[in-house]
Order: sequence, then structure tokens, then C-alpha cells
Amino acid sequence: MSLSSARSITASVHPPRAVFTDFPLGRTAGKPNDPASQDLIVRAALDHLASAERPGEIRSLDLRWAETDDWKDAVMRPAPASVDGDPGRAEDDRRARTAEPQYQFPEDLDAVVPDCPTCFVPAAR
Amino acid sequence: MRQDPIDYIARTRAQYGALGYPPYAWVEEPDPPPFVRPSGGASGWRVGVVASGGIYALGQPAFHWKDDLSFRAIETSTPREALRITHFAYDLTDAREDPNVVLPLDPLRRLVATGAIASLGPFAYTFMGGIYSSRRVRDVLAPAIADRLQHDEIDVALLVPV
Repeated sequence: MSLSSARSITASVHPPRAVFTDFPLGRTAGKPNDPASQDLIVRAALDHLASAERPGEIRSLDLRWAETDDWKDAVMRPAPASVDGDPGRAEDDRRARTAEPQYQFPEDLDAVVPDCPTCFVPAAR
Repeated sequence: MRQDPIDYIARTRAQYGALGYPPYAWVEEPDPPPFVRPSGGASGWRVGVVASGGIYALGQPAFHWKDDLSFRAIETSTPREALRITHFAYDLTDAREDPNVVLPLDPLRRLVATGAIASLGPFAYTFMGGIYSSRRVRDVLAPAIADRLQHDEIDVALLVPV
């Protein structure tokens, strides 16, 4: 049973069942500090699992992120490159990817338990 | 004005084209998934949780951002104050403000408290999205997490992608 805020991707990968909430990515399970929306989504997912009749059935929830849908206009529409760039080429606004652990707070590193018993690195099989 | 849901597949293709990259190869699973309805009502279910938002608990090493295939087991009793978020591909503002938006442990604990579900598995399992090999996710990461869920003897699993 999957939550989703990306209907096209969820439909493409075909999880067993899903509930779709039309929120910006990164808020799949509700609005921050809003237990009402969070409870509604999780409960709807469990209700859907109990009642859905078709494999892969996606149920859309009637929740809105904001009064207008203007937030959708800027999503994944990077600004055109400025002075130095290739004039026809947009700027990549994603963060660089490295193999170093990326802590939310630097002091999280000091709290790390040695030989992490709750960390798993699956091997190819 | 009300707009249709964003078609992220179309927008990603357009963005990759604008950036001069080759087209992004989306995962497509054309066959319908298996259909199994869990037995009994939700009040009898033991619920497991899997989330892809880059969530770790204080005391665990953070994920890295380059095809990290590792995963973490986070006790489902963990308070939200002990949860941390790291990811390269989405806006972390709200997840860091309230981790329940990507790992809904407080809502699930409330469902247990009211008897709407029976219990939670002992752990939530978390990993990084943004792994650029769907084959390695399908063949390596997903089966390892599925093994843990079976070991935990859960009845249903709630998947929370970002």
C-alpha cells in the first residue's frame, strides 16, 4: 500500500494500491504540524487497502495544498542560465551528489553509535 | 485556479532536455501488481512502514547522496525529535520541520492508541530515493527490506515515497 504525491510515476511503477495526495513532493504523508491532514491520509490508505477491488487501484484524496494551485507552475522548471552559461541551456538546480554521509546537523556525526546495529547494506544476490 | 496533478514524467523529460541530458528512463511495470487483500479488518492488522525520504535516527550514520543502497531500521517508538532528514532531490523544509510528512509515525501511533489498527512492526525501514539503477533497487534493496518485513510478521506495509 503506497502513498503518493506523483500520480504519473505511481501509475507507471504500479504498486499494489495507492492513495494520491496532490501536494508538492516531500509532503507525501501530510502538511507539517497538521495532525488532521496526516491522520486523514494514513487512515485513507488503510481504508483503501481494506476496500479496493482492483490491483494497482489509485484513490485520489480531496486535499489541497493551498487555496490556489500556483505552486505547480514553478515545479521542475529551472530558470534559464544566466550570464556565463550556454544561453539555450537551463541551470541544474539539484544538489551535487557525493558518497559522503550528509548529516542534517554536523553534531549528528558525534552521536553515531559504532558498528551501527540498525544499519543494513544489502548485498547483490 | 485548480490545475491537474503535475505530470512529473513529462516535466522530468522536459527538464532533462533543457539541461542537455539524454532522456530519463522511467520505470514502467506494465503488468498489474499481485492482488492480495489482507484478512480481517484493520483493527487486527500489524502495520509495517517503509519510507524513501532519506530519514535516519539520531545515533545512526546519515545516508549519502550517490546511489546509497543501504537502509536503516528505526524503532517505531522513536520520537519525532530524534529523526533527521537528508536528501538531494526534494525540498526538505517541511520534512525537517515535522518528519511525520515523510515518515508518519505519530499518525500511526495514534491509530494504535485508538484501536483502529492492532500494532506497528518494531521498526520502520528507511532508505534514500534517487538511486539511479532501478534494477539494483528491485533486485537488491527491495528484497532485503521485504525480508525484514517478513521477519517482523507484519500484515500490511505502508510505503511512503517522496
